[in-house]
Amino acid sequence: MFTRRQALLGVAAAAMLAAMPPLAAAANEAEIAALVREKVTLVAPPFVHAHEQVASGGPKIVEFTMPIVEKQVAIDDEGTMLQAMTFNGSMPGPMMVVHEGDYVELTLINPETNSMPHNIDFHAATGALGGGALTLINPGEQVKLRFKATRSGTFVYHCAPEGAMIPWHVVSGMSGTIMVLPRDGLKNEKGEPLRYDQVFYIGENDFYVPRDEEGNFKAYESHGDSYADTLEVMKGLIPTHVVFNGAKGALTGDNAMKSKVGETVLIVHSQANRDTRPHLIGGHGDYVWEQGKFANPPAKNLETWFIRGGSAGAALYTFLQPGVYAYVNHNLIEAVELGATAHFLVEGEWNDDLMKQVEAPGPIPVN
Amino acid sequence: MHLHLYEAAIGVAAALAVPAAIIGISGEPRVGDLQGSAETVEIAQTVIDYPLPGEFLAEGRPSAAPIVKKTAPAFRIMKHQVSLSDYNRCAAESACDPADATPTAADVPVTGVSFLDAEAYARWYSKAMGETWRLPTALEAAAAGGERFGGESFSAAADDAANPAVRWLRRYREEAAAKRPADPEPKPRGHYGPNSRGIEDFGGNVWEWTSTCHARVTLNPADGAVETVTENCGVHILEGRHRATMSNFVRDGKSGGCAVGTPPENLGFRLVRDQDSILAGTRSWIGSAFQSAVSDPA
Repeated sequence: MFTRRQALLGVAAAAMLAAMPPLAAAANEAEIAALVREKVTLVAPPFVHAHEQVASGGPKIVEFTMPIVEKQVAIDDEGTMLQAMTFNGSMPGPMMVVHEGDYVELTLINPETNSMPHNIDFHAATGALGGGALTLINPGEQVKLRFKATRSGTFVYHCAPEGAMIPWHVVSGMSGTIMVLPRDGLKNEKGEPLRYDQVFYIGENDFYVPRDEEGNFKAYESHGDSYADTLEVMKGLIPTHVVFNGAKGALTGDNAMKSKVGETVLIVHSQANRDTRPHLIGGHGDYVWEQGKFANPPAKNLETWFIRGGSAGAALYTFLQPGVYAYVNHNLIEAVELGATAHFLVEGEWNDDLMKQVEAPGPIPVN
Repeated sequence: MHLHLYEAAIGVAAALAVPAAIIGISGEPRVGDLQGSAETVEIAQTVIDYPLPGEFLAEGRPSAAPIVKKTAPAFRIMKHQVSLSDYNRCAAESACDPADATPTAADVPVTGVSFLDAEAYARWYSKAMGETWRLPTALEAAAAGGERFGGESFSAAADDAANPAVRWLRRYREEAAAKRPADPEPKPRGHYGPNSRGIEDFGGNVWEWTSTCHARVTLNPADGAVETVTENCGVHILEGRHRATMSNFVRDGKSGGCAVGTPPENLGFRLVRDQDSILAGTRSWIGSAFQSAVSDPA
């Protein structure tokens, strides 16, 4: 039975919610039920599903569905195998994009082919361990969680079942990112709009693969078989692999990211477990939300930015020169030896004003 | 001089570091264990189209390596790459640093060796055999490699004088397209079979060190003649499926800075036997095939 006031609110909910500050009022189920629903099909990183940068209407309920996939994955060019756990089959899990004030409604599925219970903790969500306490499901179960995206920014989500399982599931690949955009889009420090032509989504993974007596990486029959040895390596805190998007070289060669001179890219970088420091070699971060939270003004002209373990940050950059750019974790040992390198291929005209080789390499003149 | 001190230091370290397992495999290591000197193949004097090794610039821009007709004088080279077991004998005598080879019982070529290791082995082997053995020049490797000689796989030429990025992007795409699944496990010697000249395993998954130094060369844009050469003998050429350029101390092709898409899977070598020591001394003094190539353009 609705009261007259609730009915009125229901009719006017969309318009009113748009104007409401996040903590002003709690909508009831009827009001939420009246909202427009949008079903989004997720895409694999480094790409992101189509979305509006500026919300064209009021708050919506955005529906996502993600199966959890346990599988064995090659994580380097030597064929080292990881007993991986993934959201939606990819490392990182796919990025979800909504606007501040929207409701995220996730159907999380744990197929019976899996062997372990899983759940999801959204750093963007409020309460219940980020949703973790309401989403623990066994193989053969599914669950539906709704949370309101009250704060804008890029946020990590990850599996957090319990105890020692938490870090193990995360460093086995179970993390991803949700981006909550301000309803009126990104802005610079003066409140002027910032827009991007493409968004690239990079998830950094630290893996801890045990070795045998001869120093070779070990392969295991199952997740359970790998657990005890992996935990020992994890407790040493030194990863064997630090990679982007689940494998060494996953964003290089044919899979290098593509852009062109004059194009503005938003690079979202997430790391669910360990600090990192992205750097675009030969480029910059024009506007960087290091902590990823869009209510704060972006830092400008950064050379390297710091992503705290357990967070996602965003950097906006307009390419000014063509060429092959390496995008690295600027701990260069991790970049070169452990795998944390991606490439951008940027087409366009060279700008001699910005850089020119005035004299080619040659013998040192003798006077 | 520095090099000798460095090698002497390695020798001392090697004596302490020889793993028991290696001594176990080769038994009581003595030079006498080597069953005579290695089987060789005579490569008759031959004229080949030879891409000069190095980095080339014309008018200050990267240029493709000139391909010249070169005469390779007759020489005698090992039929097989040097084996891990033979190399281990050198290491057991502290004359070589133990290789970073994957332990295996099979008759595999030595891998995980640097240019310095290969030179040390050649010195030890020559002494052990009472003969003169040395690394081949890149020209000799090309002559012995025959139809399997890869040379330069990717053109370094500039596509657009005003835009260096065009070449970077083209080359990146070529390398990505040529990338194939890595197969680094050393195969038993003979796995890849002989080429038309009877040389076994050339162009397989072991790249071969040569005595040819890296060089930066400026070419006359009009006629392609060599104008200046800056040699860098801290870096040497390896031949195989494609040409690679590595610092003398590098033992792992993946970390040596070669083509982005196709680093050598393994670094190894085979040796040339000189028939008399006077000739050997002369050749060794000449050093690189490159020098003779540029002073004698076809």
